[in-house]
This record gives sequence, structure tokens and C-alpha cells, in this order.
Amino acid sequence: MTAIPIQPATGPTKGPAEGEEGAPSTAGGAPPPPRPRAWRALARDKGAVLSASYILLIVAMAVFAPLIVKVSGWGPYEFDQTAVDPNLAGVPLGDWGGAGGEHWFGVEPGSGRDIFARIVYGARVSMLIALSATALTTFLGVLFGLLAGYLGGTVDWVISRVMDFLMAFPALIFMIAILSALPAGNRSTLLVVVISVFGWPYLARIVRGQTMSLARREFVEAARASGASSAAIVFREILPNLRSTIIVMTTLAVPGYIGTEAGLSFLGVGVVPPTPSWGQMIASSVSWYSVVPTYFAIPGAFLFLLVLSFTVLGDRLRAVLDPEGVR
Amino acid sequence: MARFLLTRLAGVALILLLVCLFTFGVFFVLSPDPAVQICGKNCSPELIERIRTNLGLDEPLLTQFTSFLGGLFAGRTYGVGEGATHCAAPCLGYSFQSSQPVWDMITDRLPVSATVAVGAAVLWLLAGVAGGLIGALKQNTWWDRSAMVVALSGISIPNYVFALVLQYVLVVELEWLPFPAAVEFGEDPARWFQSYLMPWIVLAFAYASVYARLTRANVIDTLSENYVRTARAKGLPRHLVIRRHALRPALTPIATIFGMDFAGLLGGALITETVFGLNGVGKMTADSIAKNDQPVIMGVTLMAAFFVVVGNVVVDLLYTALDPRVRVRTS
Repeated sequence: MTAIPIQPATGPTKGPAEGEEGAPSTAGGAPPPPRPRAWRALARDKGAVLSASYILLIVAMAVFAPLIVKVSGWGPYEFDQTAVDPNLAGVPLGDWGGAGGEHWFGVEPGSGRDIFARIVYGARVSMLIALSATALTTFLGVLFGLLAGYLGGTVDWVISRVMDFLMAFPALIFMIAILSALPAGNRSTLLVVVISVFGWPYLARIVRGQTMSLARREFVEAARASGASSAAIVFREILPNLRSTIIVMTTLAVPGYIGTEAGLSFLGVGVVPPTPSWGQMIASSVSWYSVVPTYFAIPGAFLFLLVLSFTVLGDRLRAVLDPEGVR
Repeated sequence: MARFLLTRLAGVALILLLVCLFTFGVFFVLSPDPAVQICGKNCSPELIERIRTNLGLDEPLLTQFTSFLGGLFAGRTYGVGEGATHCAAPCLGYSFQSSQPVWDMITDRLPVSATVAVGAAVLWLLAGVAGGLIGALKQNTWWDRSAMVVALSGISIPNYVFALVLQYVLVVELEWLPFPAAVEFGEDPARWFQSYLMPWIVLAFAYASVYARLTRANVIDTLSENYVRTARAKGLPRHLVIRRHALRPALTPIATIFGMDFAGLLGGALITETVFGLNGVGKMTADSIAKNDQPVIMGVTLMAAFFVVVGNVVVDLLYTALDPRVRVRTS
């Protein structure tokens, strides 16, 4: 399970029996490094191309948010009381939640803030948190996986027990507990740290297994015989062989983190208002859903498509690169 | 086998102890002073001091932790003399908001959550395995592709978005269903079913999708095994090959994940119950988060961890019962 399960994740599954096995059972060992042919196959795959394009669009939106908002005319924190009807508790004027030339996606009921601007800035927050959490998780997962798999012995025992412990936790509940207990200081950083602390074992477990089987291979023995240091063996011989696995696992982990961030913000322990985040926008739309359905439909659709794109891309990458052990 | 059980149980005890330690650490050491929060707005330093003494917050951390553990297993008494209150085991403390014992709050709301969880579990197991079987047995046909597209959407749509869409379409637009309410089965079975139908579907959709993908992959894998080829070569008809040789190894992993997922269901119930306004443990937790009612959050955390850890053990035992190969390895 790559993700912290707000929803069951798409990644590898967590049968307890699997976790206790040492190395992947197949004798073959290392997955081949990605070949140019693999990338060409991916470029011909319609689903993969569409997903990648959508992801790039959202990334561009996040990066150029201030510029985009200049063009659309309304910032994410500006209130437009002329766009809502004060006599109807602030229901947006006009059809489709007040969408039109002035406010492209309509306005928030009540406050009259521009939804388009908040989507654009929300992309910034969501992507930043999800990608930082992915980077940190990947770093921790690869580091501890390599250490446990290569050094073995006591180090392996300690790391494996910590992983068992973290994976036996109801991660979402614990994240909520921690986030609600800690003072609401810098929530974004806290979110990244908390997500990563509970996320790294899922990658580390697979890296550990593959490292164990790679460490027994001839080319590693040859490197050792020719006097290479442990660090050189790990970084020059073993790590390059883990590339496919890491790419696939990472891609499959991102949608889980996006969903987790949105879910935690939805529950009110994530990103703090007024900073926009997609999950939080959906949370505030709950009380309006029957009157102004576009208010939840727009962030909901953006979120759904982003998670879908990462999932499809991860699936296709896995099919093309075909690393072992990532199931 | 006895030794296997013993080590396993020792591991469980250790993990549960660590869970308690962790929860205690988060709520008593990291978080802002609980006494100040109980005290509320009209507070004086003397009152804070009294609350601190009553709750034992002025004692050393180790003593606090042991009385916290003692409360869990044997109950504890807060304060001394006149104002002393006894909190029976398992003592999870009192809500900051309503001053009710947390344990009673949880047990009161457990039936609603259990109804949501069990119904959803039945639905997702049936739908997931059926979808996966269709996908695997009719591989690369229209059936397979549509099942997998549905599964992909189920994995990608956040459950609160799906809940809102479903509620908007079925309740507001089409008016096929009434707004969900926690009706008891005895009162009005039809209304009961209508109320729980949407929560079941929402909670089940994502899990069913994962199970469908997994079942499909597993069945396709098993069908390419040598013993399946042997069975086919013997002249066994296709449906018997599938029923006798392919299904059991393909579905065993599903059974184990099911145990884990079911035990960890509270995370999903939190969101589903909140959106549909069902007054279960999940909604109670979400409300407590909003009001920063820490004893309740802590109690739910402990209970959820307990379920997951126990679920883990049950799954392990189930796995040994279902898969003969594991039995050989452990003995």
C-alpha cells in the first residue's frame, strides 16, 4: 500500500505474510534499467500521454499561479460582494454558481471569493505538499531500505521492526491525532513530515528485498573483490538497478499523498484557512452542495482527475518498466 | 504452532504498549496544557492548579503514564476526598466538551458505525471479487475493460467527493432516496435500508475497486500456473479448473487484505459518516477534531489501533488456515 489509506491505495498490498519474506522469490534479481524503448512505448500510449499532460497542466498552473490570476482578474483572497446575493444568504448571482466572463468558475457562496483563483492557488498548495512528501518519503524509503538490505544483521532487524510497527498503525487516525494535538503553526511542513513518517516503510520494504537479492549477485561480488568500498557498491552497483522500482513506486505514491492531504484538509486538520487547498474547498462546500453544486463539483473534478492521472501514469510506467517486486 | 502463537501474542502486547506510549506522548507531552483547555474562558490560576492536581498532571511523566495505563486496565480515581470520581476500566478519560466518559461515548455510537462497516464490507467483497473475476475470465473483452475503468475511477475519486455527488444526484436531483438518518432496523426496515444505502456504496466503492484489480491480477496469474495447465491437460472442463484449482490460491490474498482493511475501516467511516450526518464513531471523531476535544480523539485513536493490531493477528491465523503452504513454513 503506497498511500496512507484514506482510501485503500492502488499500490502493493500489505499481506502480513509478504512482509516477513526476505527477498523476492524469483531468482532473476535485478530489474533491467529503463530503456529508451520503454519511453517510446509510453509516448505512444494514449492514456499515459493524456495523464502526463494533465499533470503538467496542473504543475504549470501551480508554478505560474500569480500570473494566471492577473489574467483572470481576481486574486484568491479578494472578496466580491457584488457577485453574491445578500438577500439569499450569499448565494452566487447567476447560473452555474455565478460562472461567466468575470468569474470563470463562479464564486464561493457567502464570501464571493473567485473559485478559479482559489483552484489555481490550491493546486500550488496541494502539489507542493504532495511532491515534498513524495521526495521525503522516497529519500527515507530508499535510505532505510538500502541500509537494511545491504547491512543485514542488527541494523536490518531494527529497521524491519520499526517498519512493522509503523505499518501496523491506523495511519490516518494517527495523523489526525498528531495534527490535532500539535499547535497549528506551520501546517504544510507538519503535513509533509507526518505523511512521510507513515509513508516510507512501504517503499523501504521493497527496496530492502531487492537490495538483499542484488547484494548476492555476481557483479556486486566482482566489485567487492576488486576492492570497492561499501558506499561505492551501494551507490554505483545497487542503486542504479533499483531505478525502475523507485520510479514506479514514487509515481504510484503521489496520488495517495494528494488524496491524504486533501482528506486531512477536508477534516480540518490540514492546510489552515484562508490558504486555499482543494480538500478544504470541498469541505467548505458541504453545507452548500444542494444549492450551489458547482462549488463542490469544480474542486472535486480537479482533484479526481489529478489522482486519476497519477494512478494511470503509474500503472502504465509499471507495465512498461516491469520492475519485479512492485505489485 | 503453540510457539508461533506465543511469539505472535507477545508481539501484539508489545505493539499495543507502544501504541499507548505513543498516544500518551502525543496528547500529554506534545500538546498544549490540557488543564488550560478544560478550564475554558472564565479561568483563574487557582482553578487551573486544581484541575492539574485532580487529573494528576502535576506528577512526573512516568507516574502519569502508569496511571494512564492502570486506568485502561483497572480503572482509576480522579481527585481525592469529596470531589473524587471513579472512572471504571477501560478508562479513557472524560470529554472536555460534554464531560461524559469517553468509553461510553464510543460504545453508544458503535452500533451505527458497525452497521455502516459491515454493510460496506459485504458490498465491496461481493462487488470487488465479482468484478475481478469478470475481468480475468473475460480478459481483454468489453466486459473486462468496463470493469477496470470503473475500478480505476473508484480508486481515484476521493470518497467525500463521491459522497457529495451521489447525495446530490440521488437525493436532491432525482429524489430517489431520502436524506440519510440513523434509523434503527426495528423501527422501519425500509427507511433503515434507504438511509444506509449511500454510506455503504460510498465506503465500498474504493475498496471494491482495489479488490477487483487485485482479484483480476491474481486469477490471471494463477491461470498461467503449471498445475492449472496440468488440470486442463487432464481434460477437466474449464469451469471445474477455475473452481477447483484457480480460485483458492487466487482469493487467499484477498481474504488477508480484507481482514486488514476491515480493521482499519474507521478512517473511511470518519469521512463517510460526516458527509451523510450519521452519528457514529467517525462523526463523533470529526466533531471532536473540530472542537479540539482531545480525550475523545485519544480514545478513538487507541481503539482504532487496537482493532488494527488485533485484525493483524486474525489475518495471520486465517492465512495459516487458508494456505497450506504457510502452515508448513511456520511449523
